[in-house]
Amino acid sequence: MANELLTVWSDSPATSLVIWAVIAIIIFYLGRKQAHQLFWTTGHSIYATLRTWAFGLSKLEKRLVQRNREILLASGEKAAEKAIEREFTRINNIVKRDLSKYPALHRQISESIEKIEVDYQKSTQVAPLPPAWGEVVETIASLPSNGDPTVVKILSNIKKAVDESHSQILKAYKKSSSESHRLLAGMQPSWRNIDNKLTLVNEKINALDQCSKNIDQQIADYADILHKKDSAVSALGSSALTQFFISGLVLVIAALGGLINFQLIAMPMSEMVGGSSYIGEMKTSDIAALVIILIEIAMGLFLFESLRITNLFPIIGTMDDRMRRRMMIVTFVILTILATIEASLAYMRDLLALDREALQQSLVNTGAAGGVVEAQFRWIPSIGQMIMGFILPFALAFIAIPLESFIHSLRVVIGLIAIGSIRAVRVLLRMVGGFFKHLSKMMIYLFDIFIMLPLSIEQLVKNWQKRKSGSESDIKDTSLEKIN
Amino acid sequence: MKQLVKYIVRISFTVGILLIAGCSGSKPDNRAVYLLLDTSGTYTEELQKAQVIINYLLATLDSGDSIAVARIDSGSFSEKDIVAKATFDLRPSTANDQKRLFKQQIDTFVANVKYGSRNTDITGGVVQASDFVNETQAGDKYVLIFSDLEEDLQKGHVRDFPIDVQGINVVALNVTKLRSDNVDPRDYKKRLLAWQDRVEKGGGQWRVLNDLERLERLISYQ
Repeated sequence: MANELLTVWSDSPATSLVIWAVIAIIIFYLGRKQAHQLFWTTGHSIYATLRTWAFGLSKLEKRLVQRNREILLASGEKAAEKAIEREFTRINNIVKRDLSKYPALHRQISESIEKIEVDYQKSTQVAPLPPAWGEVVETIASLPSNGDPTVVKILSNIKKAVDESHSQILKAYKKSSSESHRLLAGMQPSWRNIDNKLTLVNEKINALDQCSKNIDQQIADYADILHKKDSAVSALGSSALTQFFISGLVLVIAALGGLINFQLIAMPMSEMVGGSSYIGEMKTSDIAALVIILIEIAMGLFLFESLRITNLFPIIGTMDDRMRRRMMIVTFVILTILATIEASLAYMRDLLALDREALQQSLVNTGAAGGVVEAQFRWIPSIGQMIMGFILPFALAFIAIPLESFIHSLRVVIGLIAIGSIRAVRVLLRMVGGFFKHLSKMMIYLFDIFIMLPLSIEQLVKNWQKRKSGSESDIKDTSLEKIN
Repeated sequence: MKQLVKYIVRISFTVGILLIAGCSGSKPDNRAVYLLLDTSGTYTEELQKAQVIINYLLATLDSGDSIAVARIDSGSFSEKDIVAKATFDLRPSTANDQKRLFKQQIDTFVANVKYGSRNTDITGGVVQASDFVNETQAGDKYVLIFSDLEEDLQKGHVRDFPIDVQGINVVALNVTKLRSDNVDPRDYKKRLLAWQDRVEKGGGQWRVLNDLERLERLISYQ
């Protein structure tokens, strides 16, 4: 077909090609305006359409950002309320537990102070000093006796009486002083007691002070959330992302634990439900093992729900306390039963492995009777498997906590991913729209390049006509000037 | 609480429907193996090798699979020629016990075979084997013939009819060469081709496995 077209005008393909090119150039030149319109309209319509889409996406993005913000604020508000409530509960506990004893403590301190005061009063009652007449007697005794025996005798008697009186008074004074010291020494435990009691009060007050500071901080955060401040939204967003990754990591660890658990019970489960029956493409024993693990996880969820640690099922959280306690006991009992079953299955797995090993050995050794191989320390892995079988269900029950965090943070993360994707698509649409707009311009110029020969001729003709009309007008002007 | 019970009932109902739907597509991949042991003439000396094959089969077959071992003698179309047979229990521990018992029976049989049978009725054994494996309704059916494939029928026995081995894998094991094969090796090839033709016309798949080191090719793994 192409060859035929190349030889339509001449036997020489080159000549024919030139003729075709000339025809094409003429046709394109004649249809230049329409072609330009086609390129321009197409490019601009694509640009406008993509721009409209981008605008629509931008609105959607804004709505999503708003929604994400609302979710963040709502969850943050809830979390802040919970935290504040917890702090108040803590304060309440401190007040109930410790400060309720404050009247008794106050009474004890008052009693101690009263006792100290009484003792102090007692300790101040010191024996009186020798009376002033003693000095008079001493003065008399120091008078010269002049050798008169009567005077000497009187004076010596007076001296003796004064000395006796003095020693008695001194003795009484010493006794009184020692009594005061004893009383003061007796006050020491009371002081210590008061000191201890006051230290205790100080600690409690400090704890309260700390709690109140925490509450202040949380109230400030809560206020930021309520005022919908950007800083609060940003903090909540980063917190949600952190929660997402941490809980995701914990869930991965839990999944690996579940896998180990599955391996532990899948084989012995075939002893219970048969080793060759299938449901779809999966062995019934595998499904049974999986179901047991899933039930354990479900029981864990219900247990943590009824303990009010998690809040995935509001219906459980809003149950009355008696019902909730019953549910707690039931789920815990079921979990314990399942853990016991798993422990026994794990032990059975060990026995089966041992039996299979013995059979394989007897089959490898043709003619041998075969029997159970009793290896030393064989009981260690058996016990280990049993313990693992018992502990893993309880460990899996704890999935409830990271699961709740994961689900809550997932909403935010999905919102962020959606926002990011929409933003990327919007930018891409704008880029593509811009590209088509420029492409239409390029196509117009490219089209003109193809028909540049007739365009140049047209330009020359136009210029010539312009010059001609210009010269004619000049002649007219000069003639008019001459006339004037 | 009522609402919770409602939720649980709904979830149980959905899971139940899913399980029922899953059960409908259950996988029939249990296997049935029938091993024919040639006990004619000097071939009895090869029975030690057969023990290795049986042990391999016992180690490979699992719960729900069936196995039977029968001898080929002058008239093999008989249940009396079955040395041991078992369909392994669904519980692995019981299946292991069955395997032990089976092995014991085979060991006793091999130890007691002193003289070979006068004639060799392979066709009768194959017909008996196909009946057995078809009765098990297994997903994979195997008839293993441990023989030199040289049929030597008793006078009066009719065996020149097409055999029905539809959907059965017929595997010839340890097909030893006879003295006459050494004179003209084409006889050996002819013998194998004749059996292949017979099996394939009967709707079965034919294979020969002489290298007993490659037993993993014998039956499919689950």
